[in-house]
Amino acid sequence: MTERQATKQPSASSAAPVLVRDLVKVYGKVTAVDHISFTLEPGTTVALLGGNGAGKTTTIAMLLGLVVPTSGEVRVFGADISKDREQVAHRMNFQSPYVDLPMRLTVRQNLTVYSGLFGVANAVERIDYVAENLQITALLDRPTGKLSAGQKTRVGLAKAFLNAPELLLLDEPTASLDPDTADWIREKLRDYAQRRRATLLLASHNMTEVERLADRVILLDAGRIIEDGAPRALIETYGRETLEEVFLDVVRGRSSRDNAGDRRRPPSLQLEEAS
Amino acid sequence: MKDQALTIPGADPVLLPQSGLRASARRIFALVRRYIYLLRSSGIRLIELIYWPFLQMLTWGFLQKYLASTTNQAAQAAGVLIGGVLLWDILFRTKIGFSTTFIEEMWSRNLGNLLTSPLRPLELVGALSLWSVIRLLVSMIPVAIAAYFIFGFNLLGLGLPLVAFFAVLVLTSWSLGLISAGVILRYGLGAEELAWSLAFLLLPLCCVYYPVSVLPEWLQWVALALPPTHVFEGMRSILLHHVFDPTELWYALALNAIYLVMGYLAFSFFLRSARVNGSLLQLGE
Repeated sequence: MTERQATKQPSASSAAPVLVRDLVKVYGKVTAVDHISFTLEPGTTVALLGGNGAGKTTTIAMLLGLVVPTSGEVRVFGADISKDREQVAHRMNFQSPYVDLPMRLTVRQNLTVYSGLFGVANAVERIDYVAENLQITALLDRPTGKLSAGQKTRVGLAKAFLNAPELLLLDEPTASLDPDTADWIREKLRDYAQRRRATLLLASHNMTEVERLADRVILLDAGRIIEDGAPRALIETYGRETLEEVFLDVVRGRSSRDNAGDRRRPPSLQLEEAS
Repeated sequence: MKDQALTIPGADPVLLPQSGLRASARRIFALVRRYIYLLRSSGIRLIELIYWPFLQMLTWGFLQKYLASTTNQAAQAAGVLIGGVLLWDILFRTKIGFSTTFIEEMWSRNLGNLLTSPLRPLELVGALSLWSVIRLLVSMIPVAIAAYFIFGFNLLGLGLPLVAFFAVLVLTSWSLGLISAGVILRYGLGAEELAWSLAFLLLPLCCVYYPVSVLPEWLQWVALALPPTHVFEGMRSILLHHVFDPTELWYALALNAIYLVMGYLAFSFFLRSARVNGSLLQLGE
């Protein structure tokens, strides 16, 4: 058996893709993440939903090892990410519109570099495959800096797909994209998660995105988990029609019980009362 | 559907082993490849690499020529100034190569991608170090050849000690590069000036153009605690007296080992500090 055959795919692990236990992050006097705990099961797509400063990005950054927790535990595939990130780094990947690939390099050059970093032996074929899948083949020899926002997002995703990660972390993956492109990206993410049975964790405040993609929503406010459940279940619990309304209730401090009366009354009556 | 997809070339990545020396070397070369792509993409960058050392060599070469025709025997000794310039440039260019390559990752907002990839911090340092030497060779080889043809100064005339001089200067520049990269990582691009100024701090202390004996006695101790001082003293000893004392170089290498460890510890400390206070997040946004 050759070395390459021996490591054809990352082995499945019995450990949960993500285990977060009593996680806290304090910056000076600001508590960005306040004693949160959750576990991600394999093959699920989970959204961290919350307003600005809710702690979404900090949570994702701690999962990536970019930020060290003040206290608590983050385990990715069983590895303590603060100490043993290198054991699992090849099984995960990351995409964010706030982190760029080098602008002067062509798309192909960037993907080649990251194939090397992730140890992708069949880099040429893999880049071609991923590029075709994300419809960026025509862009491969163009400088990354000359691409539009939508094209850059697709290239960022291509980088994130290179190693076919079992855990994909996404920070506002469709931020600043037009609705059509954003929808297309969501479709690709959903397709990837289903085909690979990958675990996706995305930070977002785009409700449409969350409703369409996520099996589960973790609602954060001021660093704390306010709600955790399936989007449909949350909508029902809050007696609302959309996740956006649930989100507004949460950020404005209304609990599901406050809305219990609203739920029993028809929307027309609620409007009359409001006026 | 999945089985069908697996038959398409590239549908599945073939992942190589992630641990061990070979894996580390592969990641280091992957990153160096990125820097090669970058250099290749811009002729201006390539010209700039040679432009400044070439100008400096010309200036000091002509000064050397002037002194040779007007002043005493010591100053007339061929190559003391131009040799100092070329050796100083080894230190300075390697340091700048290390630091600016690191800053480039921050400018391009790529550091977040790198630090979330399987690349280890020591491998990042390895790639920066290797690339700084490649950059140095690209910049210095044409200038050293030009110095030979224009002023008749043969850098290789220093003989085997040149290899040791080279090693000492490169190791010192890596130590300085590690400290400035760490500070920039922790305090952001506002600390960028440090990348330039730290090397210049050594210029008067390392006695590039004059012997250590010129300094006040208390400052001589400081100078002798710096590895490059021994290189420049050694160079003058060869050029003026045709004597090479290897003890000085061993001493310099030992000092370098200490500085290199301190440099890496400082880099690790600042990296850890950046992770604690969230500076790495701000780099991306």
